[in-house]
Amino acid sequence: MLAYALKRLLSAVPTLFLIVTISFFLMRVAPGGPFHLERPLEAKVMENLNRLYHLDEPLWRQYFLYLSNLLRGDLGPSFVYRDFTVADLFAAGLPVSIQLGASALALALLIGTFLGCIAALRQNSAADYLVVGIATFGITVPPFVVAPVLSLIFGVSLGWLPAGGWGDGALANKILPVLTLALPQIAIVARLIRGAMIEALRSDHVRTARAYGLPTRIVVAVHALRAAILPVVSYLGPAAAALLTGSIVVETIFGIPGIGRYFVQAALNRDYTLVMGTVVVVSLFVVLFNLVVDLLYAWLDPRVRFNA
Amino acid sequence: MSLAEEPVTLKEPVSGRSLWQDALARLARNRAAMASLLILAVMALASILGPALWPHPYDRVYSEYVRVPASLEAYPHEDRIVPEMQRSLARARVDIGAVTVAGDTVRAEISDEEPIDPRMIRYVERSDLFSRVRLAETSADGRSAVLEAEVARLFFIAGTDGNGRDLFARILMAIRISLAIGLLATAVALVIGVTWGATAGYLGGRVDNVMMRIVDILYSLPFIFFVILLVVFFGRNLVLMFIAVGAVEWLDMARIVRGQTLSLKRREFVEAAEALGVSDAGIVRRHIIPNVTGPVAVYMTLLVPKVILLESFLSFLGLGVQEPLTSLGVLISEGAKNMQGASWLLIYPSIALALLLFALNFLGDGLRDALDPKDR
Repeated sequence: MLAYALKRLLSAVPTLFLIVTISFFLMRVAPGGPFHLERPLEAKVMENLNRLYHLDEPLWRQYFLYLSNLLRGDLGPSFVYRDFTVADLFAAGLPVSIQLGASALALALLIGTFLGCIAALRQNSAADYLVVGIATFGITVPPFVVAPVLSLIFGVSLGWLPAGGWGDGALANKILPVLTLALPQIAIVARLIRGAMIEALRSDHVRTARAYGLPTRIVVAVHALRAAILPVVSYLGPAAAALLTGSIVVETIFGIPGIGRYFVQAALNRDYTLVMGTVVVVSLFVVLFNLVVDLLYAWLDPRVRFNA
Repeated sequence: MSLAEEPVTLKEPVSGRSLWQDALARLARNRAAMASLLILAVMALASILGPALWPHPYDRVYSEYVRVPASLEAYPHEDRIVPEMQRSLARARVDIGAVTVAGDTVRAEISDEEPIDPRMIRYVERSDLFSRVRLAETSADGRSAVLEAEVARLFFIAGTDGNGRDLFARILMAIRISLAIGLLATAVALVIGVTWGATAGYLGGRVDNVMMRIVDILYSLPFIFFVILLVVFFGRNLVLMFIAVGAVEWLDMARIVRGQTLSLKRREFVEAAEALGVSDAGIVRRHIIPNVTGPVAVYMTLLVPKVILLESFLSFLGLGVQEPLTSLGVLISEGAKNMQGASWLLIYPSIALALLLFALNFLGDGLRDALDPKDR
């Protein structure tokens, strides 16, 4: 298994390299630059800034410079947030995003699995329709509607929770963002579990377990769920990567200092190194979680074998 | 059994039903899908005809009615008529006597040291509250007169926004733009995805490997980055939004079509065409693409809401369509900024978007169930 994991990680290197290359040149093709402000800088200042950040050198040299720095783990200084390196910004923001994302993920798995199981066990009953209704609602109503509405209800009208802000990670400040992040995931997990569970409950091994006289909750929780969780696992790979690297919408609306908001800001500001850093971090998460999914999959489903 | 005894009679030859007729019949039995179809038809019709028929143009600014709440009653409220008339007349620099309101007519007695210039009625006409302003009963010396005006009764059933534009008209326009982007971007994704997938699947081998590797790589690129770059690079332009979103969403389509093509190209009719010497491009065009229509149609109906959501998301970030044009995402982001004190600005566009997405999703699910042979 270790050999398989290593091989998978190695095969991701060319993909990552291509992603970095494409992003680097795409970013540079776009007009404007990090120091093109509304009030133009003096020519001399501009020249010095460009020299400081190696922007005056030919593009291919900048590219190789960036690559060699990247290989040494140096993401470079941020162009717009002066005095900060990209690594500093991530060190401050990533834990916040990961905390929120992981909580939302855990919540979504718990509630989604529970709802999905209930719906599957009582297929075509009122409870089933309720779950399917909630799931459709969660998928169709986008987070940028849910977030302001939640903050309007709980933050402004009822005043139970802060309407926004991070408050140094106080629990009350996390509830609404986590809920907003979790809602669509709950919906998707519930739908996936419901579909897979209905199939799993009809399968031979579950029938055998029932025939042995095992109580329903054991049959569902141990035997059926193991098969039903498979589609969720493969869905959660990319979803986890997206959740843990922060959500632009949630971080903007609730004013949370994660890394999700850097992406759009940095692209608009032409903060080259920060954009590249975000791309690298997000891609790393995607590659890593795809690997985790494959390993988990093989562990859950003995029919899957690594063909290393 | 009586079956054997019954004489076999030849009935009218049963005409076969095609896959599509079967699917449509199944779809017609799906109540949620049919209700969604109805809602969609109503919304589409309203968004196409509505802006032309609705009394308020979507970009008309009513400066007297900034951020008025949604109401089924006509504006202005009675207690606003007299002060507003006095305010307009004060601008005209005339002395104001009694102002009376009778039904829909306002009468104001005015006087001045100079003879009254009849052009002063422009000051009153300019207000959104009054129409058909006229000077009646001008005295002989022209220094006093009675000004008559009709009260313009306006309905803002969804309220107005921060610039005094009718929200309902803007929602109609936003639905039109969102639907148009959804359909056009889906069409772009369709053309690229089907061509790419069919070519990769049909040619196979090394070409397939390279083409699908490209799809994999693009897949792992954070898509938002792409769209933002395109928007930043080419400026915020409606047509570009279609292309940018379509160019991002074709990847899934390419995968689906390739998978279908791989299984299709081993079939006899394709081999027959090959044996007859039809060119590769001809086989892809005439035999492969028509046969992948089913899964592609399902994916398309589910892609439209996805694109609408994506466009709304971009608009929410401020990268979408430009004022005075609008889309549901723009309206919602405005609403989110104004939700304290003007909650209708958030609520009505959100309802419109949710309804649209609900209907599209239910229709897509219904179509999938109808076309899925497993369900038969």
